[in-house]
Amino acid sequence: MQQFIYFFQKFKYFLFFLLLQFIALAITFNNLNFHKNKFVNSANTLSGGLYSRATNISEYWNLKSENKLLADENSRLKNLLKKNITPYLSKDSTVIDSIKYHQKFTFSTAKIINNNYANKFNFLTINKGTNSGIKREMAVINSRGIIGITDNSSRSYARVQSILNRNSKINARLKNSNYFGTLGWDGKAYNTVQLSDLPRQAPLKIGDTIETGGKSTIFPEGIFIGTISKINKGNSADNKVDVALFNDMSNLGFIYVIKNYHKEEIKSIEAQNE
Amino acid sequence: MNKPFNMATLFIILLFLQVFVLNNILFLDSINPYLYIVFVFLYPLKTNRIPFLFYSFSLGILVDFFSDSGGIHAFSTLSIAYIRLFFVRIYFRKIEADFSFFKLKSESFGKVFNYTVTLTIIHHLILFSFANFSFQNLSNVLLNTLFSSFFTLTLYFLGTYIFTKSE
Repeated sequence: MQQFIYFFQKFKYFLFFLLLQFIALAITFNNLNFHKNKFVNSANTLSGGLYSRATNISEYWNLKSENKLLADENSRLKNLLKKNITPYLSKDSTVIDSIKYHQKFTFSTAKIINNNYANKFNFLTINKGTNSGIKREMAVINSRGIIGITDNSSRSYARVQSILNRNSKINARLKNSNYFGTLGWDGKAYNTVQLSDLPRQAPLKIGDTIETGGKSTIFPEGIFIGTISKINKGNSADNKVDVALFNDMSNLGFIYVIKNYHKEEIKSIEAQNE
Repeated sequence: MNKPFNMATLFIILLFLQVFVLNNILFLDSINPYLYIVFVFLYPLKTNRIPFLFYSFSLGILVDFFSDSGGIHAFSTLSIAYIRLFFVRIYFRKIEADFSFFKLKSESFGKVFNYTVTLTIIHHLILFSFANFSFQNLSNVLLNTLFSSFFTLTLYFLGTYIFTKSE
């Protein structure tokens, strides 16, 4: 016993150091795991609140570009509306608006209050949380394309795993054909992501548009991602292509969070197979 | 002014400076100064090191809170806080009796330079290796360490030059 106490006395600094290092390591490993991170993130009241104050000041610099984005999106949506309305009006029968009763997705707006894009594992913080119905694993997009997936939410803030995160994996497909692959990021340039596991017979051309494939319960299909910027010739197993993002990930403001109403149903059916 | 109050103010100022200003610099898309480690350089030497280790750890973990990086800042800051004493012994040739009189200000520039450069490079190397978290891109890690250390040290020496009173 004497020896034991003496040991503690002698090495108390080193033991304390080891204890704290162990805590830091545990938090680091948890943070890298999408399904486990709970403790240390920017979606808590303290850092979230401070970040939202800082953004309130700094967002004035982006008002012009935000306005332009909104105007662009409005014109695109108006064009879509015009496309759809004409055939309905010309029909001489009642139209049951199926969208209204079988709604699958809802969109809610939020604002990005903290944006990282220079690390290897990037996260964003948005100013809405469980109070506004935002939970984990919801899609985050803006008018130009996808941004990420929510991974953690407190009452009024949520953290988003950016597509610029080495852990992110998103189902994506070619717009002109239905060949699909997995979208990931190699951690190098913030404006380029990688689409891998495409079938070899898929016709690829530089400049082809990539969009989300809708084969997961998170992203609806047909949301823009980017264009093919480089095709790797050769016989690598994963058949990777580089995709230049439409979004400028270093300059983000307002975003939409997408909730999927059918998620539970799809998940329960898929769980039966296992 | 009393010392504990001084260190507490330094802690808070460095934290907010790091999180709201320096983390957003991103020179050439990735290079940031990590000035908060100055806290480790300046904290007075004491015989009981438990509080010092704890404060360094909490400074690191608070920076992590804001930058969503898990515990990598806490890990690297705590590492240099623990090995600081070793370098104080090597560079300044101090024994335990001198600790309460030790001041970074009164030491010669060469010794202070060696001390800060060593600790900064060790901190940044650990930080970027953890941030990278794989064995690929090692050259990237080394370059980042080099540039960021240069950036941090420049800021630190400019800061000390500006904020020390001339006598």
